[in-house]
Amino acid sequence: MSENDLGFTPSEMMTIAASRALKNDDVCFVGIGAPSAACNVARLTHAPDITLIYESGTIGTAPDVLPLSIGDGELCETAVTTVAVPEMFRYWLQGGRITIGFLGAAQLDKFGNINTTIIGDYAHPKTRLPGGGGAPEIATSSREVYITMAQSKRGMVEKIDFFTSFGHGEGGDHRKRLGIDTAGPTLLITDLAVWKPDPVTKEFTVVSLHPGVTREKVQATCGWEAIFAEALDETPAPTELELKTLRDLQARTKTAHASAAKGKAAQ
Amino acid sequence: MVKFLPLKKAVAENLHDGDTVAFEGFTHLIPTAAAHEAIRQSIRELTLIRMTPDLIYDQMIGMGMAKKIVFSYLGNPGVGLLRRVRDAIENGFPRPIEVEEHSHAGMANAYEAGAAGLPCAVFRGYRGAGLATVNPNIKSVSCPFTGEVLAAVPAIRPDVTFIHAQKADRKGNVLVEGIIGIQKEAVLAAKRAVVTVEEVVDNFNDLHPNLTVLPNWTIAAISVVPGGSHPSYTHGYYDRDNSAYLEWDEIAADRDRFQAWMQKNVIESSADDFAARVEHLRKAA
Repeated sequence: MSENDLGFTPSEMMTIAASRALKNDDVCFVGIGAPSAACNVARLTHAPDITLIYESGTIGTAPDVLPLSIGDGELCETAVTTVAVPEMFRYWLQGGRITIGFLGAAQLDKFGNINTTIIGDYAHPKTRLPGGGGAPEIATSSREVYITMAQSKRGMVEKIDFFTSFGHGEGGDHRKRLGIDTAGPTLLITDLAVWKPDPVTKEFTVVSLHPGVTREKVQATCGWEAIFAEALDETPAPTELELKTLRDLQARTKTAHASAAKGKAAQ
Repeated sequence: MVKFLPLKKAVAENLHDGDTVAFEGFTHLIPTAAAHEAIRQSIRELTLIRMTPDLIYDQMIGMGMAKKIVFSYLGNPGVGLLRRVRDAIENGFPRPIEVEEHSHAGMANAYEAGAAGLPCAVFRGYRGAGLATVNPNIKSVSCPFTGEVLAAVPAIRPDVTFIHAQKADRKGNVLVEGIIGIQKEAVLAAKRAVVTVEEVVDNFNDLHPNLTVLPNWTIAAISVVPGGSHPSYTHGYYDRDNSAYLEWDEIAADRDRFQAWMQKNVIESSADDFAARVEHLRKAA
């Protein structure tokens, strides 16, 4: 993705906008990839005391570089404590201690339902994706769910092929009807916009466009008919500090993950 | 009582055709050397259980050893998909494979129930999740006190569990440190457990009293295999070989390249080759 004339890329804007949504006192269950970058930028800028939890059991982790996997050693080395996986899911997630579950998505619909399981039919899939991992219960046991992904017609679809993680189902009070008493997806941050669910229908609505982004561009990269809030904001551009923090983090990450490869080549 | 055995013998004595087997490790401490030994011994018709099947199940399934896989995340961690498993599920190559899919919470609870000697696990999960509609082993029960409807899954009871750990003492007690994942539950849920370790020390006398130690009478066999979790890592010994995970994505993408890699790096290799593979990943002392 190329830098626009504003001096940052859509991907950087996405990560930084996502990082701003996190508060200093949040306890955040972090999905790998884009959520992980956003959570660590938050920790390195306005939310130094945020508790970041990865499903490998690391609680209160503060990695210097972004982990390649959810179980990288640095997560454990910098954590307040590391617990076993059943404890992670039983006491900490099911126990109701997570304020924000931060997820990415392969396929997303307008009600925040996520598919990371299959493309096509479950029994005879066209593409077998990795599956849910921790996400099905992160989506229902975290007090709120934030989702972040780059927009595309392939990713943001009218109908997902499989309900890996339940968002608002068919909308309205569908969560409540299934006995789910947590708020579910309350925020979607893409590379183009910030979306929030309508209070009644629960359909994602664009509430803020990132700098330089038009409604047409949002619609052209979204598989459902996008709804825009009447009072549409412009997302504040990344500050110098936010950009520097993100870029430094990514540079450190790149160097760290390349070093093993170099060592191998030198053998 | 535990026996210290060469890995070849430990696998031959404990893993048999048709077994239900778990090679556990949550990104950390993956028992790669044990899995490679099972591949060399060409054990067949296995039911493979693991929360996060990664390269080793991609390899075993690519070699046609499994009739069924039970899992909750089928990915190459941080890289993407498992291409040999995909080929088996999508195309039935080299053979069709039965799939039983859960969430992490479902698997973790099921292992814990296995370790606790319960027939099933009960937890708050799978609400609105598609898995509950495609996996007949996901059912529900009502709490007899509150009426709340909860998910139920059968306990996991493997015939044998393989794990990798930091060290054993001379009596065969095993210490696991760092990201401990589901390994303790997987060992206690199994009929037999085999552990590969980095080293054997005289005793654990000076350790913190609350560390995760598996007593020797919970383990059937221990094999000393330095580097035995490569390309995963062993906390305190060597780092994760991230580049190997990236390379695997290319190797596994092609059926012939996969076969050639397996021939050279598994079939014609041995457990003794692992130490050299982690030499460049060892932490500076």
